[in-house]
Amino acid sequence: MSSKPSRIKPPLGPDNAWWWDQVSKGTVFPIQRCSGCGKLRHPPRPICDACRSMEWNWIAASGRATLHSYTVIHHPAFPGYEYPILIALVDLEEGERAISQLVDCDRDAVRIGMSLEARIQTDADGFKLPVFRPVA
Amino acid sequence: MPTTLQDEAAIVGIGQTKYSKSSGVSELALACEAVSRAIDDAGLEPHEVDGLVTFTMDSSDEVEVARAVGIGDLTMFAKINYGGGAAVGLIHQAAMAIATGAARNVVVWRAMNGRSGQRMGQGVSGQIISSDLIHWSWYMAYGMLTPASWIALTTQRYMHEYGATCEHFGQIAIAQRRHAQQNPNAAGYGKPLSMDEYLASRWVAEPLRLYDCCQETDGGCALLVTSAERARDLRQPPALIRGVCQASFEGQEQMTSFYRRDMASLPEMELAADLVYRQSGLGPDDIDAACLYDAFTPEILMQLEAFGFCKQGEAKDFIQNGALEVGGRLPNNTHGGLLSEAYIHGVNNIAEGVRLVRGSSCNQPEDVEHVLVSSGVGVPTGALILGKMP
Repeated sequence: MSSKPSRIKPPLGPDNAWWWDQVSKGTVFPIQRCSGCGKLRHPPRPICDACRSMEWNWIAASGRATLHSYTVIHHPAFPGYEYPILIALVDLEEGERAISQLVDCDRDAVRIGMSLEARIQTDADGFKLPVFRPVA
Repeated sequence: MPTTLQDEAAIVGIGQTKYSKSSGVSELALACEAVSRAIDDAGLEPHEVDGLVTFTMDSSDEVEVARAVGIGDLTMFAKINYGGGAAVGLIHQAAMAIATGAARNVVVWRAMNGRSGQRMGQGVSGQIISSDLIHWSWYMAYGMLTPASWIALTTQRYMHEYGATCEHFGQIAIAQRRHAQQNPNAAGYGKPLSMDEYLASRWVAEPLRLYDCCQETDGGCALLVTSAERARDLRQPPALIRGVCQASFEGQEQMTSFYRRDMASLPEMELAADLVYRQSGLGPDDIDAACLYDAFTPEILMQLEAFGFCKQGEAKDFIQNGALEVGGRLPNNTHGGLLSEAYIHGVNNIAEGVRLVRGSSCNQPEDVEHVLVSSGVGVPTGALILGKMP
């Protein structure tokens, strides 16, 4: 067992555990979809705001996205994270927006509107989460 | 005839503690000191207070404060959610209670050991799986654990769309620090700030630097609200509540409303502006000074646009030539604000709004008829217009 601190894990409840479970099984970016009207929604919520159906399923996003906004986090530094952290707010090809991390990218090369693709990152403790990198 | 909140109530008492980095006393003690002073400032007795309102984030319950201060029966008590978004909401609750007869004299407060005790931006975590915790979990896993990191995303997009720069943010930080030089209770007192120092300060979450972020403070601030009629007979010149509202907009999240098409504006603040202007019958041209919520400098630019002082994207031009300082178009946060006085979650900004109407600000502009005060940015919020008693 490594004693190295790891990132804060999302608490898992009925509304979000499925998403992280799918990521852990290798879905690069799951998006919740209303079973009633097909509307996509992210982050997941228990009811559709368009048709109010509480039935839902999910699709696997293509992983293609563009950068909508970003920040570079320097301070304060929490155990379990490597700083600076490049945070990306991405527009997924499917139309939903999502928070993630930008990897394999020099800070000075970051441009709003740049094309990105998702991959799954696996931490030293085995935790998996989607991250995005520039399209070569 | 439905009850409206226009001109129904007035703020007639201000109570505040010393603002420091280490109070050495409990949060309950800070709350009691602030509440007690507000009652004294108004010239009332504790037993005349029958309503108390604070933040859900405040650690002191209404009944603890009532018992400690010697306030007797309460007929209204409430706590408002959403951090600094609650500040004006306290006044909204008080005004509603007074307008409907639910209470006659309401004290609102916020008191916190915000530096020596539980600090902001230390990450959010917890054991109970609430919808609030699930909300934060989407950001925690990636290391977005602080208000600065959340506001930075909005700021970056705003800069991208409208060409605002860090120098514009610096101008705001410097102007408010200049105001603090006349306020001995301000954290920035005796510490003027230059653009070089601003630009040399360390990154917190790009594009936000140290001086773009507000203080962490130990302290308390309380305000006493009573009816417009009663206010005429009290010790202080009343700050009449011309209009007051809360506002949350479609797609609202707490600090993370990233999922709207346009994230370079503040639709909840635009809603607040619309409500408070309609209620008061006033508009931006009638506002002589402001205390716009300033946890982070870029929030000032976005609010100047939301409240109609300039067009969308033009706040960077509006603020030139000292527009936000005494003698300018809209003196703003003349006490130093959250950036340079103290972070009492916006209640200290309402207190300055009251002083501006009284004519007792440490940087008092001439001819202040109406003052606009806003609550937290990026959260469910509110707006307040204070004015002189006609």
